[in-house]
Amino acid sequence: MFISKISRLVGAQAFKGLPKAPITIRSKRSFFPLVQNDYFEPSSHRLFSTTATETSPEENEEAQKISVTFFDNDGEREIKVPVGMSMLEAAHENDIELEGACEGSLACSTCHVVVMDVEQYNKLEDPTDEENDMLDLAFGLTETSRLGCQVIAKPELDGLRLALPAATRNFAVDGYKPKPH
Amino acid sequence: MVLAMFVRKFSSLRVCVVGSGPAGFYTAEKMLKAHEGAEVDIIDRLPTPFGLVRSGVAPDHPETKIVINQFSRVAHNERCSFFGNVSLGSSISLSELRQIYHVVVLAYGAESDRVFGISGEELKGVHSAREFVWWYNGHPDYSKFTPDLQSTDTAIVLGQGNVALDVARILLRPPKELATTDIATHALDALRESSIRKVYLVGRRGPVQAACTAKELREILAIKDLHINIKEADLLKTSADEEEMKNNRIRRRVFELLSKASSSAAPHPSLGQRELHFTFFRKPEKFLESSDRSGYVDGVNFEKTTLKGSAGSGNQIAAGTGQYEDLNCGLVLKSIGYKSVPVDGLPFDHSKGVVPNIRGRVVSSSDDAQTEDGLYVCGWLKRGPTGIIATNLYDAEETVASISEDIAKKKLTSASSKPGREGLSQLLENRNVQVVTFTDWEKIDSEEKRLGSLKGKPREKITDWNDLLQVTTK
Ligand SMILES: Cc1cc2nc3c(=O)[nH]c(=O)nc-3n(C[C@H](O)[C@H](O)[C@H](O)COP(=O)(O)OP(=O)(O)OC[C@H]3O[C@@H](n4cnc5c(N)ncnc54)[C@H](O)[C@@H]3O)c2cc1C
Ligand code: FES
Repeated sequence: MFISKISRLVGAQAFKGLPKAPITIRSKRSFFPLVQNDYFEPSSHRLFSTTATETSPEENEEAQKISVTFFDNDGEREIKVPVGMSMLEAAHENDIELEGACEGSLACSTCHVVVMDVEQYNKLEDPTDEENDMLDLAFGLTETSRLGCQVIAKPELDGLRLALPAATRNFAVDGYKPKPH
Repeated sequence: MVLAMFVRKFSSLRVCVVGSGPAGFYTAEKMLKAHEGAEVDIIDRLPTPFGLVRSGVAPDHPETKIVINQFSRVAHNERCSFFGNVSLGSSISLSELRQIYHVVVLAYGAESDRVFGISGEELKGVHSAREFVWWYNGHPDYSKFTPDLQSTDTAIVLGQGNVALDVARILLRPPKELATTDIATHALDALRESSIRKVYLVGRRGPVQAACTAKELREILAIKDLHINIKEADLLKTSADEEEMKNNRIRRRVFELLSKASSSAAPHPSLGQRELHFTFFRKPEKFLESSDRSGYVDGVNFEKTTLKGSAGSGNQIAAGTGQYEDLNCGLVLKSIGYKSVPVDGLPFDHSKGVVPNIRGRVVSSSDDAQTEDGLYVCGWLKRGPTGIIATNLYDAEETVASISEDIAKKKLTSASSKPGREGLSQLLENRNVQVVTFTDWEKIDSEEKRLGSLKGKPREKITDWNDLLQVTTK
């Protein structure tokens, strides 16, 4: 799925004859040096950046990305996520181990994440019935659980903190009790 | 040269996983990741991998099967090999496998059924849901199965879990909607000719205790032009019911859906409309034999039940009331649970139908906690037949954690080197077993997709053993 997306965007870029985006390492640790986030920006942004003259492409790019921190057993990892991208895709691009058995088609619950701040959780649109049906089956469900494939980056979510279930399982040992819904 | 030696040294952990369902593939994935030197072989008795993802998950749930992509990536790992058409217990014994490998993980699922043990259970027309599911999903053991869908307008499904809802949905969904799925053609043809219009889903307990999930329930309630019948009186809750729901989000949401469906249902079906009846508080007492077709079922005798609190657990159980009632039908599908089968030399808990284990380590005998060296279990064989695909992921994490602990304690590799893959290949060759490799499976896969595309289906499953093996030799 991701592969086809890479080639599609890279292809589109070549076709439009855009200069290759500068290689910048944004995440603290990049485990995936061959795949830069720059390739994954929504194409609308690409179009915009070719016509925009007021803001520099660099500034513009930052404005279109939000910072998201994932917490897992090994600690935390901050990444920049383009607006419009799901947390599942973002995690995969950055080699963060978030399962996605059904590849985002709302049929598995393995992409379960826990939003760590209630205010952030409240900024998300309510889960649909279908998402709730899958959340019913998520392992270690909490009051602020969501499916990573359904959480889409938007500017208001800048600074989002997400715990992966493996980490929640550890918290449970350390006295953090996930509450049932 | 140095590299080759390095690889050899660290390739010394030989692992065999038996069963290529979710439990087997998740175990293989986690083993490959946790142990850079491990070589993992997955054997399966079928020429096709993926277990119940192929032969259980309903044909109209294609999204659920996407996980096959992830499993295929595991199979393509250079340290992983698939050996299809190799059956533990007939191609090779457990003790042989344990001699060849340092680690054997049994993940061969549950291929039998729990039974009621009541009179008439052997009558024609009484089947387990497992058989019916294997039939519509094209399992090669059930390609000759012929459930009679034409002598009756009524089917009774015993059980109200997700599998029960699956089989009821397949019976009730308009066949033209199923025609674009990967349903086996023999099943689609039979469903097109089916005279079944009415399905009863019968549970021993009430709507608060129904074992299905909201997703499956929502789906069956949404079938086009289907009359839903739920008795309003059954929806009255007791305080014990309220208590059960308070602690269980799934039960709460399932109950809400049932209540809503009941209140929005039309009082009567329209002419010729298909019907789904949720029947609660009924326990089968005996299956009734037809008077004009000897040897065939024509109904079920039920005892009405009431709920009794079971001490401590907070869960209520169904108790008989001494009142009985008959329901007529020409087809019964029993959906009360799958059950694993043991193989020679394997400790087995016959009452629970699972392999006794401690966090995946096989326990030798029930009275002491002695575990078998190098022998592990995962999936339905370990936990019993419950949970979704994802449950096997957490289950595999647990089993692999136990294996890793044992490796760290030098319990496993201290033994001299083991022949592993070469040993297995040699033995199977000596026995003339036609091994189906992952590349062979990919030939089956593309042939099925090609055949499917001719009919507007995502795939046309090859359902005959010989045909399956034939395709791999092309
Ligand atoms: C009808 C049905 C529908 C389901 N639908 C869903 C769903 O929509 N979503 C969901 O998340 N979960 C669903 N599940 C649950 C899910 O399929 C199971 O949780 C999961 O498949 C169990 O995995 P397993 O690996 O333990 O067993 P299995 O998937 O059964 O795999 C066992 C494998 O072992 C092989 N095997 C058996 N005996 C031997 C032997 N002697 N030697 C070698 N190999 C052997 C079998 O061929 C098989 O490939 C469904 C289950 C059923 C029964
Ligand atoms: S990836 Fe399956 S539900 Fe999100």
